[in-house]
Amino acid sequence: MGMTEILFGFLTVLAIFSSLMMVTSKNPVYSVLWLIVTFFAVSGHYILLNAQFLAIVNIIVYAGAIMVLFLFVIMLMNLNKETEPQKNRWIKMAGAVAGGCLMLVLVAALKDAGGKDDQAQVVAGDIGLIKNLGKELFTTYVVPFEISSILFLSAMVGAVVIGKKE
Amino acid sequence: MPINYYILLSVALFCIGIVGVLTRRNAIIIFMCIELMLNAVNLLLVAFSKMHHLKAAATNAAATAGSDGQLFVFFIMVVAAAEVSVGLAIIVMMYRNIHSVDINFLNRLKH
Amino acid sequence: MNNVLNIAYWIPLLPLIGFLINGLGRKHLSKTATGIIGSGVILGAFVLSIWVFLEVKGGNTHDAHYFDFISVGDLKIPFSFKIDQLSSLFLLIITGVGFLIHVYSTAYMHEEKSEHFSRYFAYLNLFVFSMLLLVMGGNFVIMFIGWEGVGLCSYLLIGFWFKNQEYNKAANKAFIMNRIGDLAFLIAIFWIIAKVGSVNYTDVFSAAGLAKLKAADVVIITILLFVGATGKSAQIPLYTWLPDAMAGPTPVSALIHAATMVTAGIYMIARCNVLYSLDAAEITRNIIAYTGLATALLAASIALKQNDIKKVLAYSTVSQLGFMFLALGCGAYTAAVFHVMTHAFFKALLFLGSGSVIHAMGGDQDIRNMGGLSKKLKITYITFLIGCIAIAGIPPFSGFFSKDAILLSAYLKSPVLYGIALFAALLTAFYMFRLLFLTFTGKFRGTHDQEHHLHESPAAMTIPLIILAVLSVIGGFVGIPAVFAEGGDKLGAFLSPVIAAAHGEAHHVTHSTEYMLMGLSTALVLIMIVFAWFRFRNYQRSEATGLGKVLENKWYVDELYDKIFVQPLHRFGGFLKNIIENKVVDGMVNAVGKGVNYGSRQLRLLQSGQVGNYVLLMVLGIIVLLAIQFFIRK
Repeated sequence: MGMTEILFGFLTVLAIFSSLMMVTSKNPVYSVLWLIVTFFAVSGHYILLNAQFLAIVNIIVYAGAIMVLFLFVIMLMNLNKETEPQKNRWIKMAGAVAGGCLMLVLVAALKDAGGKDDQAQVVAGDIGLIKNLGKELFTTYVVPFEISSILFLSAMVGAVVIGKKE
Repeated sequence: MPINYYILLSVALFCIGIVGVLTRRNAIIIFMCIELMLNAVNLLLVAFSKMHHLKAAATNAAATAGSDGQLFVFFIMVVAAAEVSVGLAIIVMMYRNIHSVDINFLNRLKH
Repeated sequence: MNNVLNIAYWIPLLPLIGFLINGLGRKHLSKTATGIIGSGVILGAFVLSIWVFLEVKGGNTHDAHYFDFISVGDLKIPFSFKIDQLSSLFLLIITGVGFLIHVYSTAYMHEEKSEHFSRYFAYLNLFVFSMLLLVMGGNFVIMFIGWEGVGLCSYLLIGFWFKNQEYNKAANKAFIMNRIGDLAFLIAIFWIIAKVGSVNYTDVFSAAGLAKLKAADVVIITILLFVGATGKSAQIPLYTWLPDAMAGPTPVSALIHAATMVTAGIYMIARCNVLYSLDAAEITRNIIAYTGLATALLAASIALKQNDIKKVLAYSTVSQLGFMFLALGCGAYTAAVFHVMTHAFFKALLFLGSGSVIHAMGGDQDIRNMGGLSKKLKITYITFLIGCIAIAGIPPFSGFFSKDAILLSAYLKSPVLYGIALFAALLTAFYMFRLLFLTFTGKFRGTHDQEHHLHESPAAMTIPLIILAVLSVIGGFVGIPAVFAEGGDKLGAFLSPVIAAAHGEAHHVTHSTEYMLMGLSTALVLIMIVFAWFRFRNYQRSEATGLGKVLENKWYVDELYDKIFVQPLHRFGGFLKNIIENKVVDGMVNAVGKGVNYGSRQLRLLQSGQVGNYVLLMVLGIIVLLAIQFFIRK
């Protein structure tokens, strides 16, 4: 087992464990923190796949901007363990069983999807570098890129309008 | 790294997100679970893009095949960021109106 | 061929017109007008019938084809009439006797309200129309139309006084019993269509048509037709409706239940004589013969102890019909038709005579209350006496010749049959003269009021009686057996073109045997009459005991039917109603309603408005879809 496998296993365990903790934490603040850990683990996977651009964007946008926003909101609302609403036990059970079933179905359906030849290139490969992606983004995907700026604008306007008092 | 590993990891993360959505009542946590599901998909997209690239590179060293997948991930992040800004605004407004973020109070769909 | 046969369709059409006028105008027509129209159309039909009869006698027969009644694929059922020797003879009987009864009815029913009077004549006309259709029809389907028509009219006329619930029940009984037979007839028609592909007599009875029938088919068809005939002609086991049918007005009993409708079964079998004469139908012939014989004997025994004047005559009718079926079963179709004719005369006479008696008695029908009526009702008495002699079979009255022909045919088949038939004939003589003596001789046993009320009936009633009496006397001369006069059997000669050569009729016995048989029956009948005279000259009312009681109660056949068929059916119906209908069917219907109600109540809870629940359901839906996608469609 080489270094990549060890890294892969570590990141995978970390991602799953932290995401589980995120779901099960009573305190929303802990949930946010565990989610940030998960994002870091996913970013680690990106790095392992040599998708450096996405890894950094993930950390900056998700773990940085978005999660801080979440944290702000939670703290603004003064949510904590005591005020955290709890579903009744049966609904929780049903939710867990449903999720388990979905996983079972998906795993069963996809377990033979990839054969021995279907390997994801790790460590090597340079399409995930900023240079390549930037070239693609500003040539082939320039129109969607521009449109996404309009999306941001409207989201901004929307957030302001909704967040306004009265 | 076999693609199956990534598939299984993504499925696991996705299903954890689903379970979170189903079991929690806090709107913000549910929102975060959705982000988690988006990430699971992103991870899988990147893995597929690398798999695709590996196969293309076997015949042509200078191939850029597979960059599409990573750009999709990029756009998904864009959309997610926009979505979060609007979504959190909605949650804040909801909190202002009913002083709670419990989705069980959001039962107006019945009427 | 420009003669009366081309306008033969007017024969049934006239009564139909009469029915329409009387039926539709019943609120506006006076009784006189109704009587004239009602009787007039029948008279018109009678005149045409005579004309037709003479044409047919001259050797012309006619198959009239008017239009296609039913046309389905290859099957074409034309609306056609067949006018030959057999049908023209029946035409004469129906319209002739029918006309007399119409005339008689104008007086008998005179006390009815004019509306009901018109209704009565409308029904009578409709009946005659149906009967004519039955007889003239050129195929089984047209015959079936008439067959059903007479059943309907019988129902309407038995229940004519519909305010009396008992009469309605009798009407229902007649109708339902007839339906049982009709069903068999209908199946027979279907069978014929399936096998031969045509219902026309000419096709079915042709050599080609018969060739299409296997032996089993012949047996089934003939038996089904015979079952149909037992319904209409009141044979065992479907005879019990006829005595109950006496609930109708007396002329109706005379017309329908003596002279015409009940002979429909005889007519049908005589019409199908080609089928019945086939070797394959041997078994059916035996069934018919024994059924007829049993009916004749059973009905005669019941008639011995009946006290209702019309009931006696009704059972006598059943018994005589039994004789006719015996003749049919023995292959003596001519004898059966001959007896139909003479029976029509004397039974109509007897019924009309009894009607006259009932009229005089103010509606009382119990012969125990009568006696000594001969002094007051001279014409009725004499005509009734002639009728009794005729039915008893004393030469040279008409009944002798026809009954003798039947007995002879029975003798040819088997001497045992002859013996039993003779015994039934003796019973006939005995009960008829019991009736005569109880009614007309001795002292009057009724109330004082009735004694004062006694009077001879008006001319409109006595004249038909006289005419029928004359016919009863001379009617037999058309069929004088060959032993008396060579070629005397004019009827047989007349019918020979349509009746298949009977199985060696008559000429297998020597003349001396024939004389001996006739002498024997006549002598025994005379002895019976004398016996009845001594027994009933001075009648004392007494309770019947033993066998008498059984006979008085008609062998308890009605009770037996009630136990075997009616009550189980009632119980079955009750079971269906209480258990199946109320519990199972209603339960099922209610369960569907309740289930939907309950289910929707439960389903409503799904619509909680909780976003979380919706998400959960959505996930479940995704799981199911994926499962189907990946596991089942593979």
